[in-house]
Amino acid sequence: MDNGLSRRRFLTRGMALGCSLAASPLVTPVSLAATAGENRLVVIVLRGGLDGLDLLRPWGDAGFAALRPNLAADRPDDLMLNDMHGLHPALSPLVPMWRAGELGFVQAVSTPYRDKRSHFDGQDILEAGTPGLGQGGARDGWLNRLLQGMDGVDARTAYAIGIDPMLLSRGAAPVSSWTPEVDMVLSAPGLALMQGMYEGDPDMAAALREAVVLAESDGDAAIFEAADGEMMQALADDTQPAGARAGKRHVQVAEFAARQLAADARIACFSIGGWDSHRKQRNTLNGPMRSLADTLTALRDGLGAVNWGRTTVVAVTEFGRTVRENGTQGTDHGTGGMMLLAGGALRGGTVHGQWPGLDEADLYQRRDLMPMDDVRRWAGWAIRSSFGIDKGYLERVVFPGMTLGGDPGLLL
Amino acid sequence: MSFDPVMAETRFGCGLSPKVPRPQAVDAMIARLKEPDAAALEFPVARFDTFRDTFETYTALNRERRRLDDAGGESAGVREEAKQLMQSMRRRNLEWAWQAMMRCTWTRDGFRERLAFFWFDHFAAYGKGRLYKLLGSTYVEEAIRPNLARKFEDLLIAAATHPFMLLFLDQHRSVGPNSAFAQKKGGTTGLNENLAREVLELHTLGVGGPYSQDDVRQLAELFTGLSWNYRKGFRYLESRSEPGAETVLGKRYGGADGSLEDIHAVLRDLARHPVTARHLSTKLARHFVADTPPEPLVAAMTSVYLDTNGDLAAVYGAMLSHDDAWRSDLGNVKRPVDFVASGFRALAIAPELGDSWRPRDFRRYLLAPLTLMGQPWERPPGPQGWPEEDSQWLSPQGLAARLQWALSAPAVLSDPLPDPRAFVTDALGGEVPSSVTFAARAAENRVEGIALVLMSPAFQRH
Repeated sequence: MDNGLSRRRFLTRGMALGCSLAASPLVTPVSLAATAGENRLVVIVLRGGLDGLDLLRPWGDAGFAALRPNLAADRPDDLMLNDMHGLHPALSPLVPMWRAGELGFVQAVSTPYRDKRSHFDGQDILEAGTPGLGQGGARDGWLNRLLQGMDGVDARTAYAIGIDPMLLSRGAAPVSSWTPEVDMVLSAPGLALMQGMYEGDPDMAAALREAVVLAESDGDAAIFEAADGEMMQALADDTQPAGARAGKRHVQVAEFAARQLAADARIACFSIGGWDSHRKQRNTLNGPMRSLADTLTALRDGLGAVNWGRTTVVAVTEFGRTVRENGTQGTDHGTGGMMLLAGGALRGGTVHGQWPGLDEADLYQRRDLMPMDDVRRWAGWAIRSSFGIDKGYLERVVFPGMTLGGDPGLLL
Repeated sequence: MSFDPVMAETRFGCGLSPKVPRPQAVDAMIARLKEPDAAALEFPVARFDTFRDTFETYTALNRERRRLDDAGGESAGVREEAKQLMQSMRRRNLEWAWQAMMRCTWTRDGFRERLAFFWFDHFAAYGKGRLYKLLGSTYVEEAIRPNLARKFEDLLIAAATHPFMLLFLDQHRSVGPNSAFAQKKGGTTGLNENLAREVLELHTLGVGGPYSQDDVRQLAELFTGLSWNYRKGFRYLESRSEPGAETVLGKRYGGADGSLEDIHAVLRDLARHPVTARHLSTKLARHFVADTPPEPLVAAMTSVYLDTNGDLAAVYGAMLSHDDAWRSDLGNVKRPVDFVASGFRALAIAPELGDSWRPRDFRRYLLAPLTLMGQPWERPPGPQGWPEEDSQWLSPQGLAARLQWALSAPAVLSDPLPDPRAFVTDALGGEVPSSVTFAARAAENRVEGIALVLMSPAFQRH
């Protein structure tokens, strides 16, 4: 990316777009989301079924180490958060965040989904926020229904970022979507010709204006002085297979989210995948764990102290995994899982929720961590504490069938 | 306005081709639909049912691997065999996507390709397992294409009871609560309303239709018994069927014993329902003509639908014979798949190119771009299919991704690239807005010139 920046002669937005930008309905300054307030919410979907017991290891439970001879082989002291819990080694960069009170967890939670343990259905239920599939036929996501209940929402208020389709944010309320993988590259004269073609087509012209703005805010240049060798090289780089460029994709996503949240946006969502660890989990989860740690630090650094102080990050997954290691040093699809919380707005340094225990009789169907609470309740409190959303709206519309219950005091 | 050969290709086909002649009349377009599926013969795709052995092999390999792993044995050989099987299936999956593009590129019957996409979307489904998810094309080939110019009830029965749909909506696990199977298994089985709900809400009457939760439940009970497994294929299992008659929309189906005939009977009745006629006519008109289609057009189609008991070719004929279908002030934004396919067609991409491609080439120039444009190949957002509204397809990200493809793919697909000034006519026909002609001439190089033509509003809209 370094050489990319120096190679790409970056034109400023003003030069490339002239005054046409001011006319965009999407970027008028009045859209400051004043009614959404100043608080920020980031929702991360951890796809594949995160093994909460590997991320947040319950060392204090005498049964834990015996259930996981490989995965719980060593217990580094510097990763211990309290007497009971230690972090996964790849999350060591997050220890300072925990100490600063900006990281927390909810243990033994789950969606209402039970028994079939399918990724697809589990993710659909997680993102729809409903008690089950085909019940009420929700085709939109809970984050979108949240937006539908907020005043003054426009296309700048919420962003769905990344290449994965997000049911979470789909629905009637406007949500901007962008992924840094879309790397718009065009010469300034080419852009002018395109704008000329779009003069009689206001919808396409508006989409183009917005695309240029977003493309220039995702970390690399969009508009080049000329359609010469350098632009063509940038174009060729962009069609490299994902593997060649993917190393820092999650950081680009987080940086883009932070940039939008530092401006007009109040809500952002994206996914981190790779959690389906059936095999050799000690190796396979290092990558996703590092991505998660990088993402949280990139959000914190990108937002800056003031805005990070107004931010709550909620990371959820479709289900937990079996408490026992399987025959291939991994874990299989389970039930009770874990929710991660972060942000400067958080009253962190706490592991919330009840601990069900790991004795066989304490497990769900004698195999999975027993879910002690509805993950939607905790997401509901994060929302209510951030945006002051009405309790009835949360229980009826955002999370139908959920009971909000007592305030756990998640935020400062 | 009435029939126009250019609009026959752009609005109702896969776009203009510099090589393939355009249709000359509505009658010829409809007649062609009734002839053998020439594009499918020229660019074949396998059918779903032919993969039962593959499922069996793959399942057996996985079972053997687990057995060896649990016993502490050496599973590397079995693992390798399973991996190679998956690799060859992934290759085939990519080739089928290429075949779909080739059909669009070279067909004289672009309307059929558009209808195949339309009905796949109407009966949207995708595979959830590692192997299943590669087989979307084979479902279209088996359930959709052979039926898209027949009666709607034939298409409905073929698609809604197809194994791919049963698996997608877990119908194959749905068991009548009082069936013999449920009695034997105790409390671990149950009714699944998913397919019944989608048939009423999406496939036939539509979401505002005259049905109640009770109809959903009764239809779900009637559907019990529909089953598929790779060993035995599609079967109706009496043992899983809920005993007794069911009442759907006020009509009783079945007696003491269930049967597949009862299921076909209720689907036929739903297909012929006036509300279904109206729902499907509206949806076709929205898809092909405009987000808000003119009422006279929808009314004419609905009337023909009802007169013919849902003869789809007649309904298409009613649409294409109506002046409103050809109004130049109407139209839709192309979806990503239609945009890319019409780009292939305008560039007349050679079929042989796909033979030399490695998997990553298909991903780089076809599948990854479609995902970035917002329409991942054969992975609709849910049973409701893709949105119809133009506003959904004109997102900034979607537009930027289209531009990225338009700049990067043509030079790889077509060597040498055509002259942009000539390509304007190839892609857009005779009447071209002056700003597009100007852009093609003024572009700094061929790559940008071709991209600008592909990105012109005239090319982006049907």
